[in-house]
This record gives sequence, C-alpha cells and structure tokens, in this order.
Amino acid sequence: MKRSRRIVLEACLLLAAIVLPLILQALGEDFYISFATRLLIFALAATSLNFIVGYGGMVAFGHAAFFGLGAYVVAFLMVAGVTSAWIAWPVALGVTALAAIVIGAISLRTRGVYFIMITLAFAQMIYYSIISLQVAGGDDGLPLIQRSTLSPFDLADDTTLYWTTLSLLAACLHALQHISHSRFGRALAGLRQNEVRMEALGYPVFRLKLVCFVVGSTIGGLAGALLANQNGLASPSLLYWTQSGMLLVMVILGGVGYRYGGVVGAITLLGLEEVLGRFTEYSHFFIGLVLLAIALFSPGGLASLRGQRQ
Amino acid sequence: MITLLQTIDLKRHFGGLWASNGVDLSVESGEIHALIGPNGAGKTTLIHLISGTLQPDAGQLVFDGHDISRQNMHQRVALGITRSYQITQIFPQLSLLENVRLAVQARQHEWGSSFRFWRPASAEFSMIEEAEEWLGRVGLAEAAGQLACNVSHGERRALELAMALATKPRLLLLDEPMAGMGPEESEHMAALISSLRGERTVLLVEHDLDIVFRLADRISVLVAGRVLLTDIPTIVRAHPEVRQAYLGDEVA
Repeated sequence: MKRSRRIVLEACLLLAAIVLPLILQALGEDFYISFATRLLIFALAATSLNFIVGYGGMVAFGHAAFFGLGAYVVAFLMVAGVTSAWIAWPVALGVTALAAIVIGAISLRTRGVYFIMITLAFAQMIYYSIISLQVAGGDDGLPLIQRSTLSPFDLADDTTLYWTTLSLLAACLHALQHISHSRFGRALAGLRQNEVRMEALGYPVFRLKLVCFVVGSTIGGLAGALLANQNGLASPSLLYWTQSGMLLVMVILGGVGYRYGGVVGAITLLGLEEVLGRFTEYSHFFIGLVLLAIALFSPGGLASLRGQRQ
Repeated sequence: MITLLQTIDLKRHFGGLWASNGVDLSVESGEIHALIGPNGAGKTTLIHLISGTLQPDAGQLVFDGHDISRQNMHQRVALGITRSYQITQIFPQLSLLENVRLAVQARQHEWGSSFRFWRPASAEFSMIEEAEEWLGRVGLAEAAGQLACNVSHGERRALELAMALATKPRLLLLDEPMAGMGPEESEHMAALISSLRGERTVLLVEHDLDIVFRLADRISVLVAGRVLLTDIPTIVRAHPEVRQAYLGDEVA
C-alpha cells in the first residue's frame, strides 16, 4: 500500500474509533462502549506480544504473566489506598518491567521450544504464587473498589476510559512503528532472520533480545492495568496459561510481525466470540472453523492480505 | 613482519576426538594466510576457536598482544576479528543493501549504539552510502535493491564477504569462500580476496589448491589437529610430508 494512502486510511480509522462511543450513546447502546474498550485493551495486549513474537522472533508463551501482573499491581495499590492512575499505572509498568528483566534474562539463554516452555513455566509459577496469596484474594481475584483516578479526567465514565485506552493504544502503535524502523528495529529484523550472522557481525544479541522482550512485556503490563479498571477486578484467569495461548492465537490470527496484526487478531477473535455467542452455545466450534480457514487460506494471518510485514 | 594472531598449543575435543590437538599458528599482519589439510584435519574447528564460535579446552589465543582466549564472539569482533561461514550466513528477506548496512551499523565504536529507538535507520545516509561502497567493492552495486534470497549463490557469497569487510576487520577469517561455486565465480572471488592483500590480514580455509597456491603468501598445513608446517607456497608444495599427508594422489 502506498504511504500516503495508508496514512489517510489510518486517519479515517482513528477518527471512526474516536467518535464510536458518541454514536453508540446516540443509539442508546452504551453497553457496547465497554465491549469496545475491552477490544482495545486486548488489541494492546496482542500488539505487545506481537512485538516480541513478530519483531523479536521470540515465541513467548507466558505473556499472561505480564498482562496479569499489571492488573494485580493496580488492584494491590488500590487496596493500599493508592487510587491515582498517575502513580499506580507507572508502578504497574515498573513492576512488569522488572519481572520481564528477570524472566527474560533467564529464559533467553534458551531458544526455540525450550524458550516456549520456560516462559510458560515462569508464567505458571506467577499464577500459582498469586492464587495462593490470601492478600491477593486467592482463586476469587482482587476486586477494585473503584476505577483508578486520572485527574483531570474522569475514568469512572466509560467513554473516558474508552478514549484513554484508545490514546494509549495509538501511542504504543506509533512508538512501535518508530522502533521497527530505527537502528534497534533493524537489528531485530536481522536477528529474526539470522541470529548466527548477527553474532558474527558483533551485535550484542542477548541484550537486543532482552530489551525487545522487556519492552513488549511492559506494554502487556499496561494492558493489564487497563483491564483491571475495565473489569473492576484483577482475576487469576488473566495470569493463567490459557490467556497466554489466547493472546498468541490473536497474534497468529491477525498476522505475526504485521503492524496491525495484534489489533486485527484481537478484534476478530473477541468480535467473533461476541457475535456467534448470540446465536449459538457452540460458538467456539465455529470460531475454530474460522481459525482453520484462516490458517489454510491466509497462513500469514489476516493482516497479510493487505499490509506489508515490518 | 608483525604477528597479528598467535595460537599457542590450542586444544579442543569433541568426545574422544581432538579436533584441535595443540595448534601453534601465527598469522602475520597484512598477509593472506591459507589453511589447508585433509578433511577432518580441524580447519573449521580452528576457525571456530579463533572467531569465538567455540571456546578452547586448553591453550591460548593472542591477538595483537591481547590474550583473547576467554572473550566471546562479539568482543572479538569489536577487537577486529570477523569470520565468514562455510554455509552462507546472510539475511535472506532483506535487500543486499540492508544486509550490508546492518554490518556497517554493527561497528558501534564508530556509529554509536544500536540501542536507538526513534530515528529511522533509512535516514542515516552516511551509513547507507558506506554500505553501497562495500557492495560496489564486491561487484554487487547493481543488485543493491534485490532481496538476498533472490540472487545467485555466487552473489550471496560475495555479499557475505562484503558484510564481513563492512565490519572493518583487522583479521578476516574466510571459511571456504569458494564452496559450491562454478569456476567463473571462483575466479571472481579469488580476485576479490587477492585485492585485500596489504589492506586486510586474511586467514583462508580453501580446498581448491590451485587457488590457494596462487593466492596465499604463506600456507599452513593442518593434519590431525596439528600444524604440520607453515611456509611459502613453493616450499609447501615441494615438502615430502605434505605430499604424502595431504596432496597424495592429487600431485602424484
């Protein structure tokens, strides 16, 4: 797609996304504002995972750990009396980043299927640690007494939360776009294609991968912080391995390594669940069929039908 | 002549096999030094040990007066040792230009860190110009925009050489650069390597003895993990033990 056309298209989509809640309000379908927020949050989470998998070439199967941690940090701080998002969200990012540095520094000593297994193992460790903690509410999770406050904005209002999420998603997409064309991003492109050659050229391969892993994981933590606010709950299911799997499915469905792969995947998967869920109890069966069709007819994911891989 | 690289009693085994069994080798600054020997003599292992792909079990590596035995690969590249591979190692889905540009970008002491996240690399014109120069040097200027997976085997080998050169190595390790090439492509590669004489120090592993004898300033013969002798081509060619151990039927 030509650059100018793409920018026009992106601007139109962004505009549509901005006015969407106003239209929904006018139609009296306020419920769908929450649903749209949920889509955006998962789009952000899937995008962050796509950065690790598609740009960094690391198939991480433990993204739920960071997604869930972001949510739990916000919930913990709420219990401790810290309601301001200006404090809680950066702390959530900091904690997720720290966890990602530790998990990444150990996991990145392995590769391929071992990397998949070790990231999964770490995520499950965090899951079981959290559900065994009384203060974390065990199996029930940790409810939020209210949403974070983001003065001067009123996050208690669904539309404001939607716009906040949309801004953060757009900012992250924009930043990742810049990164992918920077020196760092080009080095990742080299790494994805031939690690041996990168090493032989003298690149600090381990550090490059670690930074990529930490950046992606931390954005995953931001998505978690948002989801805790949206759900009013930090739930253990966010940390569970099926959540990691679902995020991976979104990425693969949308297009590994495509700029909008995570967004397209998240919206498609959650959208299908919602729509099919109205007609049948067996919606997952039909979603499976759709996934199969995509795997067969567009193995690069939906985004590969249009866009160019980064 | 100044010694650029010296290996002292270098050893490495794989199970019960000593692939390097006390290698003493010295490479002089500015020379093209060829490494020959029968299959399994430990030539590629030696390249692995010098480049840092493998760590030695015993012995010492001295590069320009520094003991580098315990340094990892990217530290050695920073000191000026770059290698090519027997099986071409390039970035297949990137253009030839981007392949070389990444090699240029790798010189962090000159360009600064690769941990820069905002400015597009495509706006760093001096880096791109330099990459174009290296491509020109190996005769690939015309193909700069093509994807590396779409060019011929010989061109890919030349690309790999351009990438190695773009790291500005003081010692260039070439592991069978002519592997799998036709006679014409081999000649082109030989001319390229020859053009490096005096500019770079080259340690070359190669099976084509005609080319080796023509190209090398000095030759080391490796047999069973040890250096049998090191000398100028005419003497190596005439040496009775070499004829027996390696050249064998080929010369007889």
